Amino acid sequence: MVDTQNRADRQGLSVRGLTVSIHGKPIIRGIDLDLVPGKITGLAGESGSGKSMTGLAMLGLLPDGSKTGGEILFDGRNLLECDEREYGKLRGARIAMVFQDPTASLHPMLTIGRQLTDHLRVHTGMSKRDAMAKALETLERVKVPDPATALKKYPHQFSGGQLQRVAIAVAIICEPEILIADEPTTALDVTVQAGVLRLLQQLCDELGIAVVLITHDLGVMSSLAERISVMRGGEIVEEGPRYEVLRRPQHTYTRSLVEALPNHEPFLEGAVESAESRPEVGS
Amino acid sequence: MNAPLLSIDNVSVRYKLPGGGSLTAVNEVSLDVADSSVVGLVGESGCGKSTLARAVCGLEATSGGSIKFKGHEVRKLGMRRRPEELMRIQMVFQNPYASLNPRRTVGSQIADGLRANPQQTSWSVAGLLEEVELPSDVQQRFPHQFSGGQRQRIAIARAIASGPELLIGDEPIASLDASLQARVATLMRRLALEAGASLLFISHDLAVVRIIADEVAVMNKGVIVEHGTSQQVWEQPQEAYTKRLLAAIPAVDGLGTLPGEAAS
Repeated sequence: MVDTQNRADRQGLSVRGLTVSIHGKPIIRGIDLDLVPGKITGLAGESGSGKSMTGLAMLGLLPDGSKTGGEILFDGRNLLECDEREYGKLRGARIAMVFQDPTASLHPMLTIGRQLTDHLRVHTGMSKRDAMAKALETLERVKVPDPATALKKYPHQFSGGQLQRVAIAVAIICEPEILIADEPTTALDVTVQAGVLRLLQQLCDELGIAVVLITHDLGVMSSLAERISVMRGGEIVEEGPRYEVLRRPQHTYTRSLVEALPNHEPFLEGAVESAESRPEVGS
Repeated sequence: MNAPLLSIDNVSVRYKLPGGGSLTAVNEVSLDVADSSVVGLVGESGCGKSTLARAVCGLEATSGGSIKFKGHEVRKLGMRRRPEELMRIQMVFQNPYASLNPRRTVGSQIADGLRANPQQTSWSVAGLLEEVELPSDVQQRFPHQFSGGQRQRIAIARAIASGPELLIGDEPIASLDASLQARVATLMRRLALEAGASLLFISHDLAVVRIIADEVAVMNKGVIVEHGTSQQVWEQPQEAYTKRLLAAIPAVDGLGTLPGEAAS
């Protein structure tokens, strides 16, 4: 396969001093972020903090009238300087995205099989038959039940959780190096969410993708992200390993986010803070 | 002994499926809501909790059993005006984008609620906005000028304005930021109780429900599988299904613990 040989020199993606303003209004005010292959990096914050815009900036999908500054470094170049043609080759192929609402991100009138193979065939030039075989394999990987039948179905025939698995399959089928997951489980029930979180962790481990997880839910963050950046008003106010950020938040804003959760008590500060019980924070 | 404020007795709701057959969404459920109490109804999507709530406010026809609000039978709403005695049931829906009218100011929409209140002097629009922690000078604004959390507060203010005796929240916090969910839920509890109403709070998130509810009913596949005080259900769940729901709540332990699908 293509990826075995270039997986070794995968470098992830680095954001340096990124600024975004839309119609002159600053949305992101100079942030740094590093995505590491095989690791999940968290970007936390409330709605309006600019975290989703950061994800869209990586894909070159910012709305009209936006101005960018700083750098998004990927594969030896600054993505912010790429033109549409170059971006067209990256988007969906090497940098992919999973959105919050799969009913909105999938096309309602195309079969799952078609949606899985269209961009795959454009990017790789694969034959229809090979692409379908790959689609089947990818649906198996994301554990959609009865993948052969699923290929012929339409989005409305799936439950929300199954549909998000399909959306993840669409994102990973081209074997991207970077996966941007923007609130991937927010629309799901806790039990379904648990399954999707496990899937994301597993994909990250098995495929060595560099994942950025964007969410306002620090519980989800704690489950997946090894390092967490907390964003507010377009700035990163705190960054560090998850244990430090969630259990000994330095910034009052981070603390208020943790305290706002209904089940934070046993973990924040005090009780469990002995040196032995701390896990080693490997990098 | 007084009859409870709301009494759901052996209620079933059946949906007809396209191409014949039917789906029993709610299967012989019994549940009471007492005066000035907060009852949480918890379960996964598709378990029938929303259907039950819709039946309670007359939006869904029942196929068996009876729902009584202050002794009056609740029937499905038709084209006629809702009977006077059932007007004291109010609902807050999941999506405030859809439940507020985009073309009218929030002040006038809250005033709608006030007009339905038998004691019209008990609240004012400004006072209600203050209660839901919004500045009172926003009355002239339209729903799109507010964030999701603010919109849900406006929907809550409107529901309270009409002087309900039973407030139903159907996943009212599911579309809000995690940091806001507990706050809005607590606000609903406080306002409902202050206004002398009971609250039936529906959610899939037991973590939030247990902090605001006095008692919790857990629903699975149209049936209530467990029912007890919040503390009891949270700390000593009896049913495997409840345990599974609890295990699925991600912990903010900072250790990378994946929430379990089964409590193993």
